[in-house]
Amino acid sequence: MSNKPHDMGGLPGGAIVPDFGKEAVFKEGWHGRALALTLAAGALGRWNLDASRNARECLPADDYNRFSYYEKWLAGLTNLLVDHQLVSPDELRAGQANKEAADIVATPLPAAKVPAVLKKGGPTRRAIAAEPRFIVGDVVMTKSLSQISPQQNNHTRLPYYASVKKGVIIACHDAHILPDSHAHFKGEAPEYLYGVRFLAGDLFPNPERPGDEICLDLFESYLEPVKI
Amino acid sequence: MPHDHNDDHSHSLLPPDPQLQVKAIETILSEKGLIDREALDAIIDVYQNQIGPQIGADIVARAWQEPAFKERLLADAEAVLGEMALSGRQGEHVVVVENTEDTHNLVVCTLCSCYPWPLLGIPPSWYKSDAYRRRAVHSPRSVLAEFGVELPEDKKIRVWDSTAEIRYLVLPERPAETAGLTDEALRGWVTRDSMIGTGFPKPPEAG
Repeated sequence: MSNKPHDMGGLPGGAIVPDFGKEAVFKEGWHGRALALTLAAGALGRWNLDASRNARECLPADDYNRFSYYEKWLAGLTNLLVDHQLVSPDELRAGQANKEAADIVATPLPAAKVPAVLKKGGPTRRAIAAEPRFIVGDVVMTKSLSQISPQQNNHTRLPYYASVKKGVIIACHDAHILPDSHAHFKGEAPEYLYGVRFLAGDLFPNPERPGDEICLDLFESYLEPVKI
Repeated sequence: MPHDHNDDHSHSLLPPDPQLQVKAIETILSEKGLIDREALDAIIDVYQNQIGPQIGADIVARAWQEPAFKERLLADAEAVLGEMALSGRQGEHVVVVENTEDTHNLVVCTLCSCYPWPLLGIPPSWYKSDAYRRRAVHSPRSVLAEFGVELPEDKKIRVWDSTAEIRYLVLPERPAETAGLTDEALRGWVTRDSMIGTGFPKPPEAG
């Protein structure tokens, strides 16, 4: 059984509508606004990108499937704002701030800093003392989602379609922040991150071409060694 | 200590129309001093007017012309892009993958919509669609056919599912017809889709 509705890789799907580069960056005025609000609120530093992704993934399945892309962003943002007590449910209902509420001590992102903040981004590489467990060429097996994420709502970046599957390490990307921990405010817990190559024939019972390859970036704790 | 996020429904307190949702959130955050509305305009300006696929196209055209640059780009794109001041949000750790005679690369993010923003801008709707996220890993050949891309059966497809913070850019093969073109003309051949893997470079006049 699959994880949550966002974990959809490998499932059958409908037709794709290419735009061949013609689509406007923001198709509707509110799209850009939704993106900018999400980034500006994120810049307050109360949560991180992994928590933002997790907030969207934790939307009720009906909403996740029904909402357009930026509606998911707005819903995720709203839930984070309430969870982190920056906005109250009453304020959402009223559509305006409660003037009686105590001031929140926060520095909003100033317009002048926007270019620098976007240029800086949020690098996730971290130096760690441990040596990598795997080297390029090692054969590995991915764990099951229940091994990695015992609680249903734990955030993880191992997709269901690539769980309990055999692959080969093709790159070590140094150590990076572990989303499974970071999304839940349990610290960065950096781990080695590996490029892992799978054969389509090993992932899917009915691949288009068994020798095609699918490469994923997976954290060390998602992987078990395979003895050959 | 912020409490952990769990299934909740605060979002359902907002009006159903997303335009009104944006208005409500923006009003509340602005009144509380948590956002500066001019910063929102500045963010939109960056993604609407400043960054986009023309940046990736410059990189590709240069790699086509300068073998030493291409070699460094394929070996360590993060360092090269850092030197060129082309790193940024959603493109802090970039890997460039090269299409060859034997292998065609295709980029997707099945879990959300990760995409190399500083090089290609904001992803198009189809890249973020459930259909693409569902099908690209299992049925890349039928997906490509919907973009008008047919690959020989003996050419391998390598799909990159962007499951962590590494962002992928495809370096397409340089078409033989572009021999002798100037740098400017060459850039015009590099389409956004050719850097995602859902297209090939093509002459600018073909639109």
